Amino acid sequence: MNHALLIMTLLLAPLLGFLFNGFRFSSKDAYLAGTVATGAAAISFFCSLLLWKDLLALPVESRVIATHFFDWINVGALNVRFGFVVDQISAIMILVVTGVGSLIHLFSVGYMAHDERPTKYFAYLNLFLFNMLILVLGDNLVITFVGWEGVGLCSYLLVGFWFTDSQKASAGMKAFVTNRIGDAGFLIGMFTLFFAFGTLNYADLAAIIPKVPETAWLGTITIATLCLFLGATGKSAQIPLYVWLPDAMAGPTPVSALIHAATMVTAGVYLFVRMSNVLVMAPHTMEVIAWVGASTAFVAATIGVTQWDIKKILAYSTVSQLGYMFLAVGVGAFTAAQFHLMTHAFFKALMFLGSGSVIHAMHEEQDVRHMGGLKKYLPITHITFVCGWLAIIGMPPFAGFFSKDEILFQAFASPYGNKGLWALGVVTAGLTAFYMTRLMCLTFWGKSRFGHDKHPHESPPTMAIPLIILGVFSVIGGWVGIPHVIGGGVGIPNILEGWLEPVTAQLKETEVSGLLEWGLMGFSVAVAAISALIAYSFYILSPETPKSIAAALGGFYDAVCNKYYVDEFYQGWIINPLVEGSKALWLYIDVNFIDKATYLAGDLVSGAASFVKTVQNGKTQSYALYMALGVVVVMTIVLL
Amino acid sequence: MLSIETFLHVGLAHYIFLSGILFSFGMIAVLMRKNVIVMLMGVELMLNAVNLSFIAFSKESGNLNGHIMVFFVMTIAAAEAGVGLALAVAIYKKFHEVNIRFFEHLRG
Repeated sequence: MNHALLIMTLLLAPLLGFLFNGFRFSSKDAYLAGTVATGAAAISFFCSLLLWKDLLALPVESRVIATHFFDWINVGALNVRFGFVVDQISAIMILVVTGVGSLIHLFSVGYMAHDERPTKYFAYLNLFLFNMLILVLGDNLVITFVGWEGVGLCSYLLVGFWFTDSQKASAGMKAFVTNRIGDAGFLIGMFTLFFAFGTLNYADLAAIIPKVPETAWLGTITIATLCLFLGATGKSAQIPLYVWLPDAMAGPTPVSALIHAATMVTAGVYLFVRMSNVLVMAPHTMEVIAWVGASTAFVAATIGVTQWDIKKILAYSTVSQLGYMFLAVGVGAFTAAQFHLMTHAFFKALMFLGSGSVIHAMHEEQDVRHMGGLKKYLPITHITFVCGWLAIIGMPPFAGFFSKDEILFQAFASPYGNKGLWALGVVTAGLTAFYMTRLMCLTFWGKSRFGHDKHPHESPPTMAIPLIILGVFSVIGGWVGIPHVIGGGVGIPNILEGWLEPVTAQLKETEVSGLLEWGLMGFSVAVAAISALIAYSFYILSPETPKSIAAALGGFYDAVCNKYYVDEFYQGWIINPLVEGSKALWLYIDVNFIDKATYLAGDLVSGAASFVKTVQNGKTQSYALYMALGVVVVMTIVLL
Repeated sequence: MLSIETFLHVGLAHYIFLSGILFSFGMIAVLMRKNVIVMLMGVELMLNAVNLSFIAFSKESGNLNGHIMVFFVMTIAAAEAGVGLALAVAIYKKFHEVNIRFFEHLRG
């Protein structure tokens, strides 16, 4: 099949789904809307599979399917083509986006069946899918930015989907505004790159970039990539702009799974994997990214330990896992970043959908203190959740083990990595195991703590099937990237590494003994296992211990519980001064100077007009007089 | 310069001078008077002043072009007087006066 046509179908199917549902947005027929939207997503997934198959058929060194539909902007030196490219990176992305996306669409059919405005919901969901595909397929930064803004818009619409609740509406606003700050950085980075290299096309940039790493902090590439990273911190919820993501849980749970776990928030990681050849020329930026990623992973994990809202725990866990991905990008392990992005999409989407199933079963209850013992009521959800849990805490052979281990190993051994980053990563792995086990204990295990008025029930098949499929992928999804030290002996290749090698920047391999690799792996697994056991003993065997520890920690516990007061800090030191400053500017500068100036201009014009308008008085004879005077004047000039 | 000859020998200059005086009188009538009938008379006076200068120039240059123009002007003057008087009558019927200020009512 023609590739341009295939890519067009891939892109247009969700758009058509959006238009179909968008034009009949007031319909309350959740099944029709859901079928159309899920069908559109499934068509896209099918196209992705076909593209992937065609890509496999190509020789390794020329695995690119590119197409361009038209020239979009052609001004002076700026030439932006509306072009799309399917290569090794975007192939993985479109498979994940459309695959996980289709499952979440399917899940939504059951979840949103009793909602007030299901058609609008599915329209937004399709629009999101369309924009996300534009983001990952674009062959230049401008197209990516179009998708980048589009997914931001859809995120805003879907977070604030239940906008009658003003708290939820303002959560949407917060997500949007925080992202705008990052987007400004993205734009500046884009301008800087264009200014320096005259092109925004990824392939051209990779070819044109100087092959010597910049040493200056103020070098062009360093500044450009730092600005792009600011954009990524907004979209991918890293310090300092991560604050919107936990609040974004106000949206419907499938939205959290699709946008705020599996796809949109990984856009920043994708961007840097895509631009890896540029990024490696700016080692300072990589240093910044690695440390920001590692600190975000750690900070978010500590907050996650203290949260009670099931979705908030998962949200902080997402921020933390995204931190891992940026840690990988920062130490130059682009394959590992992409790998963790993929496995995380599986198990985090699974856990969000699982939490959706729990919330659905508990009649919109989200506080884990009022759950417990759900194992026997929700067997499918429980089993799949266990898969996700084992995957995220990095137990072999579940998906998360391979990707997380790869990141930790690279943080230790890569030329850009160091022991500090590695240590932070391992501590975070321990914390992750702790809070995820805590979540499991409080939700599914132990005694039930909800009233007798609640009768939890397993979800309908449309919700259970996606859970099962994602559960399977949470187990086997990591097997594509089995490290050599494990797979080499029995002849299992590291498929993913070979797959991404031609398109990402390669670092020179550091020679590490197999023993060290085994040791690091064993150590992190042991840390995770021990923390999981501690959490289990805390929350099942002796439920009083956590309370006494929290009491012993006192003020520190409160600070963590209140998210280190970061929101309050932003409110007090950034937002309020900005608002007050703007008010002062309005009341003083605007009213006194700008308004006055415009009034003055108006008065001048009308004053001048009031003098001239006496000439035009409607009296025939005065017009005749002007005519006569005019003739006299003209004659005088001509004759004299 | 101004000798007795100037007054005795009537030439082109006299006609033009007279024509200019008549034209000015007519124009003053149109610009100053409020009565539409008088204004129409002023217009006629201006037209005839022009006719006079046409005839004078025609005589001076010795061809008949000026005469032909005069016929045209007289025809148009007749038509113009017809329209003007009709308007004056219409105004008089409505306001019982033929003051020019009532013509303001003609605008939409």
